[in-house]
Amino acid sequence: MDALIQFFQEQGSTLALKTWEHLYISLIAVLLGILVAVPVGILLTRINRAADTVIRIVSIIQTFPSLAILAFFIPILGVGKVPAIVALFFYSMLPILRNTYIGIKNTDRNLLEAGRGMGMTNTQLIFSVELPLAIPIIMAGVRVSTVYLIGWATLASFVGAGGLGDFIFDGLNLYQPELILAGAIPSTILALLADFILGKVEKKLTPTTKSTHYETA
Amino acid sequence: MLTFENVTKIYSGSKKAVNNLNLQIEKGEFICFIGPSGCGKTTSMKMVNRLIEPTEGRILIDGKDIMKQNRVQMRREIGYVIQQIGLFPHMTISENITLVPKLLQWSKEKRRERAAELIKLVNLPEEYLDRYPQELSGGQQQRIGVLRALASNPPLILMDEPFGALDPITRDGLQEEFKDLQKRLGKTIVFVTHDMDEAIKLADRIVIMKDGEIVQVDTPDEILRNPANEFVESFIGKERLIQTKPDVTTVGQIMNKIPATVHKEETLSTAIQRMKEKRVDSLLVIGDDQTLEGYIDVEDIEENRKKSTLVGEIYETELYKVKEDSLIRDTIQKMLRRHTKYVPVVDEQNRLKGIVTRATLADLVYDSIWGDEDDN
Ligand SMILES: Nc1ncnc2c1ncn2[C@@H]1O[C@H](COP(=O)(O)OP(=O)(O)OP(=O)(O)O)[C@@H](O)[C@H]1O
Ligand SMILES: [Mg+2]
Repeated sequence: MDALIQFFQEQGSTLALKTWEHLYISLIAVLLGILVAVPVGILLTRINRAADTVIRIVSIIQTFPSLAILAFFIPILGVGKVPAIVALFFYSMLPILRNTYIGIKNTDRNLLEAGRGMGMTNTQLIFSVELPLAIPIIMAGVRVSTVYLIGWATLASFVGAGGLGDFIFDGLNLYQPELILAGAIPSTILALLADFILGKVEKKLTPTTKSTHYETA
Repeated sequence: MLTFENVTKIYSGSKKAVNNLNLQIEKGEFICFIGPSGCGKTTSMKMVNRLIEPTEGRILIDGKDIMKQNRVQMRREIGYVIQQIGLFPHMTISENITLVPKLLQWSKEKRRERAAELIKLVNLPEEYLDRYPQELSGGQQQRIGVLRALASNPPLILMDEPFGALDPITRDGLQEEFKDLQKRLGKTIVFVTHDMDEAIKLADRIVIMKDGEIVQVDTPDEILRNPANEFVESFIGKERLIQTKPDVTTVGQIMNKIPATVHKEETLSTAIQRMKEKRVDSLLVIGDDQTLEGYIDVEDIEENRKKSTLVGEIYETELYKVKEDSLIRDTIQKMLRRHTKYVPVVDEQNRLKGIVTRATLADLVYDSIWGDEDDN
């Protein structure tokens, strides 16, 4: 307990800073992931033939060791936050891309036909039918991505991007298990928190399919 | 209103799904497409709103080639109902009903008003407008599906087995309701079904298809009475052909072939004599060659006894007559409506062939009620 208090006294502000860095790196990566993967996922549903190939390629990228990807970007983007974010962004893509693709692809064909037959344009179909109905699946992808990314972001410290990984690496180098914990515990809490908040967001975004109150006839 | 001109559809690499379809549909007509699975009903229908594009031929709506119009715009002017109902689960009933009006950018108030107006047509309470589709029964959902097609008041509505997924009782009710609605609103309807009962009940004309081609296009009566070939017969079903027999009995089959007549050259006293013999108060007046000229009844003779001597001088020419191949059903209706006691039956050359009297009808009714027992 004393050790903990002492740790907070000595490292409190560093902890806050690192946590912020950590969050910042992961969230930017996820946001970029959403911005790219959702439209690409939708696009893939329109060009059936290419879809499989693209999903397969992204899956392969996903199997690369994260450390290797980080290292790969050093010669191209140097060290620091940018290569870390780019690498993590790649990682966030697959779950979002795949879920978007599946979610949109699974839209009830009858609804699409009804919509098209009534004179909805392609864009109208995407935005008022396919996307709203696919939200729960897409959001599940976003949640998984975010949770993973917050974990993986600890590796970002390896390329000098900062974040809670700094504590863990220091702890490993200096044989100080409490430093390792100081990195691991907050990142776990962040992940759980992110999952919780995104769960709420998902609820909010998911369109209603039931009226909350009506008199039973 | 809607014309198919040599329309052919070949799906890539397969045989002809629809082959050289020619059909003219009039405004306000209720047309049913029927035929075995895979015969091209859906394909024919979807070519109208261009969900499927014809390989060859033209489809015209009000004389305009649909391929030359804006596809999206055109679809908004055609009602469309699919078998699987296809209501959007994330939109309220009101939003579902007024989807096309929304696409057409009607104001929110106008849309709401329209939704309220429509839901009354199918006897559902207005509160349902704020519910979601999954909170309604299947039958209620399909009613909404139909209303959705009516929302922007399109003159033409396409329906692909709209009642197919419903239980028989619900379906029956909806058919009645819908036929009634169609008559009131005067819509032109193209309706796909594989249920002959449904087609007979709803259609003004039935289009029977087989292997992508039209086998017969006719009114339900005509199809029952004169199936074009064995295929149509088997498709209608033997049972139904027997069942509908009383309906398709012709006047020729049941008429009295020896009516009481008098030649116009005969005298009034001959006429009155014959009435007495035959115990009738009226005679059909014929000319040479059995042509029907008119009739004469006992009052006519009574009034003119002193002035005239020949039937030809006083007989009445105004009379209602039918052909041998007229349906007895229609004839009965007309007799009742006109309060006539009999109807003479003539051939194409107006030669008298027989007579249908109220007594004949009594026989017919007797046969249809007791006839079966007599046979056994
Ligand atoms: N998209 C498609 N691609 C290839 N062939 C098709 C396609 N749609 C239909 N067909 C074929 O075209 C023919 C006619 O199909 P269609 O759907 O018009 O039949 P249908 O009369 O509506 O049948 P059902 O009563 O089963 O609905 C069938 O042989 C079917 O297999
Ligand atoms: Mg079909």
